[in-house]
Amino acid sequence: MSEMLQAIFSTSFAYSVLRVTTPLLFAALGGLVSDLAGVINIGLEGMMLAGAFAGVVVSAFTHSAFLGLVAAVASGVLMALILGYFSLKLKTDIILAGIALNLFASGGTVFLLYLVAHDKGVSTSLASKVLPQVTIPILDKIPVLGPIFSGHNVLVYVAMIAAVVVWYYLYRTPAGLRLRAVGENPNAADSVGISVHRVQFTALIISGILSGFGGAHLSMGYVSWFARDMTAGRGFIGLAAEALGGRTPVGTVLASVFFGIADALSNYLQSLSIPSEFIQAVPYALTVIALAVYARQQTRKRARLAKLSQNPEKKAA
Amino acid sequence: MDVLLEMKGIEKIYPNGVVANQGVDFSVAPGEIHALVGENGAGKTTLMKILFGLEQPEGGTITYKGKPLHIASPHVAIANGIGMVHQHFMLVPSLSIAENVVLGLEPKRGLSFDWKTAVSQTEELAARYNLPVNPTARVQDIPVGMRQKVEILKALMRGAELLVLDEPTAVLTPQETTELFAALKKLKSQGHTIIFISHKLREVKEISDRVTVMRAGRLIGVTDTATATERDISRMMVGRDVVLHVDKPPTTPGDAVLRVEGVRYVADTGKEVVKGVSFEVRAGEVLGIAGVEGNGQRELVEILTGLRKPSAGRVIAAGKNVTGKDCRAVRQAGVGHIPEDRMTHGVAGLGTIEENLIADRYDSKALNPRFLLSLKSVSELGKKLVKEFDIRTQSPKTPVKMLSGGNIQKVVVAREFSANPKLIVANQPTRGVDVGATEFIHKKLLENCAEGAGVLLISADLNEVMSLSHRLAVMYGGEIVAVFPNADEVTEEELGLYMLGVKRMKLAAGSEAS
Repeated sequence: MSEMLQAIFSTSFAYSVLRVTTPLLFAALGGLVSDLAGVINIGLEGMMLAGAFAGVVVSAFTHSAFLGLVAAVASGVLMALILGYFSLKLKTDIILAGIALNLFASGGTVFLLYLVAHDKGVSTSLASKVLPQVTIPILDKIPVLGPIFSGHNVLVYVAMIAAVVVWYYLYRTPAGLRLRAVGENPNAADSVGISVHRVQFTALIISGILSGFGGAHLSMGYVSWFARDMTAGRGFIGLAAEALGGRTPVGTVLASVFFGIADALSNYLQSLSIPSEFIQAVPYALTVIALAVYARQQTRKRARLAKLSQNPEKKAA
Repeated sequence: MDVLLEMKGIEKIYPNGVVANQGVDFSVAPGEIHALVGENGAGKTTLMKILFGLEQPEGGTITYKGKPLHIASPHVAIANGIGMVHQHFMLVPSLSIAENVVLGLEPKRGLSFDWKTAVSQTEELAARYNLPVNPTARVQDIPVGMRQKVEILKALMRGAELLVLDEPTAVLTPQETTELFAALKKLKSQGHTIIFISHKLREVKEISDRVTVMRAGRLIGVTDTATATERDISRMMVGRDVVLHVDKPPTTPGDAVLRVEGVRYVADTGKEVVKGVSFEVRAGEVLGIAGVEGNGQRELVEILTGLRKPSAGRVIAAGKNVTGKDCRAVRQAGVGHIPEDRMTHGVAGLGTIEENLIADRYDSKALNPRFLLSLKSVSELGKKLVKEFDIRTQSPKTPVKMLSGGNIQKVVVAREFSANPKLIVANQPTRGVDVGATEFIHKKLLENCAEGAGVLLISADLNEVMSLSHRLAVMYGGEIVAVFPNADEVTEEELGLYMLGVKRMKLAAGSEAS
């Protein structure tokens, strides 16, 4: 047990937390932007998967990790455009459209994988590139902080920057103000001449860009190949992190790190004799409990408010 | 006289066949406060929606500032300096007042939203027009009166010169109303023109320069406010073009089938909308409650029929205490309900006539002998009621949505009356219903009454309440302000004065209307 604790309180554990948090954070930020615009993006999972696949294939054929990354982001955007076209333009149910998108990505990537790599499982036969690791000068010389924060692949830093950019965009720019207005009361936004459609489309595209980055991190940083369904629910965990974070950028980052820690922990705890499935389930069980407690508080608060307004005399008493 | 806006021969027929405007002429002079009055359903709001580009008219022209103007959408209206404050506010609750005011016209500094300028712009506007608000407060935390100011500021921010206010005082306390009026007068003194929709005559008298009266989709008249009395305007509003003749049989009322004791209701907003109402309805009589809509009638009816729980008081229907009970319990006590909004509370539009007719008795032994509905019994019942209540349809299996308003209402009436209720609560039973169906419904209502049911009739249509009721009460501001034991001895004008809050009777608390 003490070995375990030692492992957990080590710099390498913190390093791995950052590494596994990155794709969750991308997904969660993508979910946050679209959710605040009033379009719930169930398709994050599929967008990430498409990004992961496109990154591997394009980098293998062009011998360029950068072009691979561009392709990953582009395919995330393409998926977002498809989702937007169906849900905003053709008015299909966005949840159903999102589910369809996920199934399409899951099957489509396997199909294409077979075409280009003649394998239905992994892309190891393709000589795909990985994204460069970044050593931060000065910081990497500092004990503790250096080994934790330096030497990650570039997308880990992009994710951190993205969190700040998303916050700035949502809360400090006119476009962010409009986006939040559209999400909260589309009629109000419409009545002052804001195009609800355009704002929601933009939000989905931003969501697609972030998902594309997340996918690229998985197949071109975290590992160096594509495997079928390799996102393994990270898109949904991203949505959960955004909800747990109370639909705020700071909350979303914290919740993503929480899931990241749980994820890293389950990697570490696998050496113990506890069944790994159990360990993997712990963070989700914690989430359910946390959400239940939160929801209970909210309903109680509402009930109390309702009571107060029913008997205004009581307030005075 | 100068003319700022002229609407000529406006025609509007909604897709469901309701004629909302018939050849309406309406004109406004620059710099005046012009009141547009009429009962609910008179077509005022439709006319203003056409002006603001929310609805397109079937006919007629709009001339604004001397030029013809085609208002295809609200954006066109806004671009031409026409602003509208809707009855339901168009605000984003979690944003601050300043953010709501500048939304769509945000000041920028570099890439960023310039919060300081947004606040100062809002403050400046608020000071200029005497509409004090705290720009940094969130809309969700401020009272309704303040929200309305924010809406007005929003319109002014967009350069509105002609401001339309749709029943602005409906949601305000008297103090807030006073403040609003001061602000409107200030706006007028600065050259703005205001159209003020209302049916509260005292307010119209206080604030407006001229009044246009509408009734049943038509223009009735335009008059200078100063030369008209409240009585004159009220007569124009209520009118007497359709006089319904109903042979009301004399009645000897029996025991009370409904006893309402001190019922109060406080809305979520904290406003008390029903303020201690007490009355009785006896078997074999029609008690009519007259009143302008929005004076607590809807809430009262919903409390009586189980759709809403009262904050205080008791409701005893057919001898059973049904206070706060659900609709089913209230129905089982023997209460039938003809709701005000038939499409929401009366029928399921996509369901067939048959299905709607059995909605309250699908589980009865007659229709449901063992585990499954007896489709044969259902269809027999359907045929019988369609015939008995003269529902004009190809088949009882037609979806209710396909019927006309009058026939939909007959479906509701057929279901409610065929359940042999001891008490019938009829709220605006003939709204939007053609004359034939109206007569039919009236006849059925009186038949049931003669057979011993008690009827509580709530209607904004004075002809209707006066011709059907044995006794009359008037509701104003959530209270019963007048009771007339013999409905035949009241004149419309007198009733109108009580309805509009000009007069009120001294009624002993607790013994109201009993």
